[in-house]
Amino acid sequence: MADSEKDHGHHHEESFIRKYVFSTDHKVIGIQYGITSLLFLLFGFVLMMMMRWQLAYPGEPMPLIGWMFGESTMPDGVMLPEFYNQLGAMHGTIMVFLGIVPLAVGAFGNYVVPLQIGAPDMAFPKLNMASYWVFFLGGVTMLISFWVPGGAAKAGWTSYPPLANIETTGQTMWLIGMIFLITSSLLGAVNFITTIIQLRAPGLTFMRMPFFVWAQLVTSFLLLLAFPPLEAAGVLQLMDRVADTSFFMPTGLVVSGEVMNLSGGGSPLLWQHLFWFLAHPEVYVLILPAMGIVGEIIANNTRKPLWGYKSLVYSVIFLGFMSFIVWAHHMYITGMGTAISTFFQLTTMIISIPSVIILSALFLSLWGGSIRFTTPMLFALGFLPMFGIGGLTGLPLGLAPPDIHLHDTYYVIGHFHYVVAPGTIIAMFAGIYYWYPKATGRKMSDMLGKVHFWGTIITMNGIFMPMFIQGMAGVSRRLYDGGQLYDLAEPVLHWNEFMSISAWLLGLFQLPFIWNFFYSIKKGEKVDDNVWEATTLEWTATTSPPLGHGNFEVLPQVYRGPYEYSVPGAASDFIPQNDPEEHQSVAEEA
Amino acid sequence: MDIPYTVEERPDTGLNNAKLGIWLFLASEVMLFGGLFSAYIFLRIGAPEWPGTMAGQTFATSFEVLNVPIGTFNTFVLIASSVTMVMSWASLMMKDFKKYKLYMGLTILLALAFLVVKGFEYGGKFSAGMFPSESTFLAIYFTLTGLHGLHVIGGIVVNAYFWGPGAKMWETDPDRFTNRIEIAGLYWHFVDLVWIFLFPTIYLL
Repeated sequence: MADSEKDHGHHHEESFIRKYVFSTDHKVIGIQYGITSLLFLLFGFVLMMMMRWQLAYPGEPMPLIGWMFGESTMPDGVMLPEFYNQLGAMHGTIMVFLGIVPLAVGAFGNYVVPLQIGAPDMAFPKLNMASYWVFFLGGVTMLISFWVPGGAAKAGWTSYPPLANIETTGQTMWLIGMIFLITSSLLGAVNFITTIIQLRAPGLTFMRMPFFVWAQLVTSFLLLLAFPPLEAAGVLQLMDRVADTSFFMPTGLVVSGEVMNLSGGGSPLLWQHLFWFLAHPEVYVLILPAMGIVGEIIANNTRKPLWGYKSLVYSVIFLGFMSFIVWAHHMYITGMGTAISTFFQLTTMIISIPSVIILSALFLSLWGGSIRFTTPMLFALGFLPMFGIGGLTGLPLGLAPPDIHLHDTYYVIGHFHYVVAPGTIIAMFAGIYYWYPKATGRKMSDMLGKVHFWGTIITMNGIFMPMFIQGMAGVSRRLYDGGQLYDLAEPVLHWNEFMSISAWLLGLFQLPFIWNFFYSIKKGEKVDDNVWEATTLEWTATTSPPLGHGNFEVLPQVYRGPYEYSVPGAASDFIPQNDPEEHQSVAEEA
Repeated sequence: MDIPYTVEERPDTGLNNAKLGIWLFLASEVMLFGGLFSAYIFLRIGAPEWPGTMAGQTFATSFEVLNVPIGTFNTFVLIASSVTMVMSWASLMMKDFKKYKLYMGLTILLALAFLVVKGFEYGGKFSAGMFPSESTFLAIYFTLTGLHGLHVIGGIVVNAYFWGPGAKMWETDPDRFTNRIEIAGLYWHFVDLVWIFLFPTIYLL
């Protein structure tokens, strides 16, 4: 082994480990992020499918897999409330921090951004590798926490104290895992911003950058500036748990009928402020890359420029800025004063404006286009109405009076799942189908892709639409029995079974995707370097898959904007960004 | 494969990669300590008395709990280390590697001195029964100074690397090495600056 490594060293060839495990190539790291986060998405979804059994058939033993769990979690296959809480807390944590963020930013950002801006790699390749492995450690910490005494975290993905402070060891593991994940995001954010600002190809001015790159740039600023306050909060909660401080523990706190022996003087609300200062921008971390992906695919498949590119860019920047001053709309029922509540209602209404501009611009881009219904385009089109529902159902939650009724009900769950599941996840699928040929040189099957699309979008609506009905009826979230104990839930309780069956069907419809994903690596249809006839650099300036580490044989020079489709008078219906020739424009002459 | 603008500046941004990177990192650090300072303000406004009762005694002012002369001494130690840090970078700019070694060595020693003094301060508190769990005041004191201490240790590790094995780069790529010392210096001044805010906020106010 040592000898062969030496030989390799002489030939300047990279060993397997250097090339595929501890790689500094942004493309390999992007794929590492992609596969890890897809596995975590699947794992987080499995947790939910188990919870949905308990919600649909409370107290009945789980078929098929129930026997595999121990006495401490599911005796005789019946889920214990403690285990239900672990599944709920870890579902949220895994989906957000280990699934979507690393997929949207770590995978797509890493793989696509340097190619789209014509850079040989990220600005700091070693830092890039470090951020993947720190993320990986965070994920492992979260997984191990299921096996510590008392099981994984049970206090929800929001980890609200005092509950989170007095819960079992899993909660400490959660905090340590989060500190890893936050550190990874910070390293990544520094890297992305530096890369985008410093390594753009000559001629690629800011206003010539693809919309996806803009989305990633703003996302990175959110990660850079919003995550540290949560890290601060995490450190304080860790101190509360291991050094018995009372940052979040009020004086005279009574737990199970006994006054806790603590110095007191802390405030549980402090955690909520610090947490939501991160977690609201985090919502935009989840959605902005999705919008970027959808923008790329819509321009490419309508064969016309994105409608209102500049408005899109300014809206994304404004959205990023505003997302820092809306956090307390998650806290209307904490008894804040009317002046403060008014401020946050106002900023929340203002932030909906750029979101609406972005969605409208994407819709208007379809107008008059000759749309190609490719698989990625189907997913991108599916994103638009789904994100529309998710966004608009958020408006009542942004205003205090309706929020006081709807707070912590299934309506909230429906709202944010519409944004993140049929919204972001659908856009992530679009991105996978779109850039898959870039990474492999082969296309995924269209037939299976269409089965996947229709199966996914219909069942997702089957899961989340009834949540609005239950929520408006007043059914609370996080109920172990799905609301059976409450009379008010009686008229809407039958929806639970419907939602659960939809969830299991959704799981079933992911099988064609998983098959398609692995089968096409070797057996998919071979395609040209620029299979979608796109204009941006990742397709026009390098091969598919790109040359080894370094991406481009010659670093590209950019001459034009990102979406020059169907330019009047041009020979073909797309002009690559690195095409140096002048194209006589009929429109200009007229 | 070479990454562009690792040493030279990109003409239209006027920055090299590392310098932009460190400023972005420092921006996130501002948010980290900003979050903790906000928590301090939040808790103090809500407290009926400050610093309050701890280890069986009630205190009216924070400088009765903490040792201001020692804190002042440490402040000067850190400021001095910032000065020697600048001198080490300036020596490299003047191509004087020996002076660089001297000033960088002094920076590391001053940082260690800061930690030793801090260690004695912590030890004194612990022996008097003053633990983080005693009161919110002590909790925030230990958390903020502890996190700052971790940053000092991080700075020592980085500076020691550039003083020892990392200094070999001076032979192969002096421009890049000088850049690295400038970047390490920016971080070090930030750690110093955090203390400049920390000291009056916790010890004096």
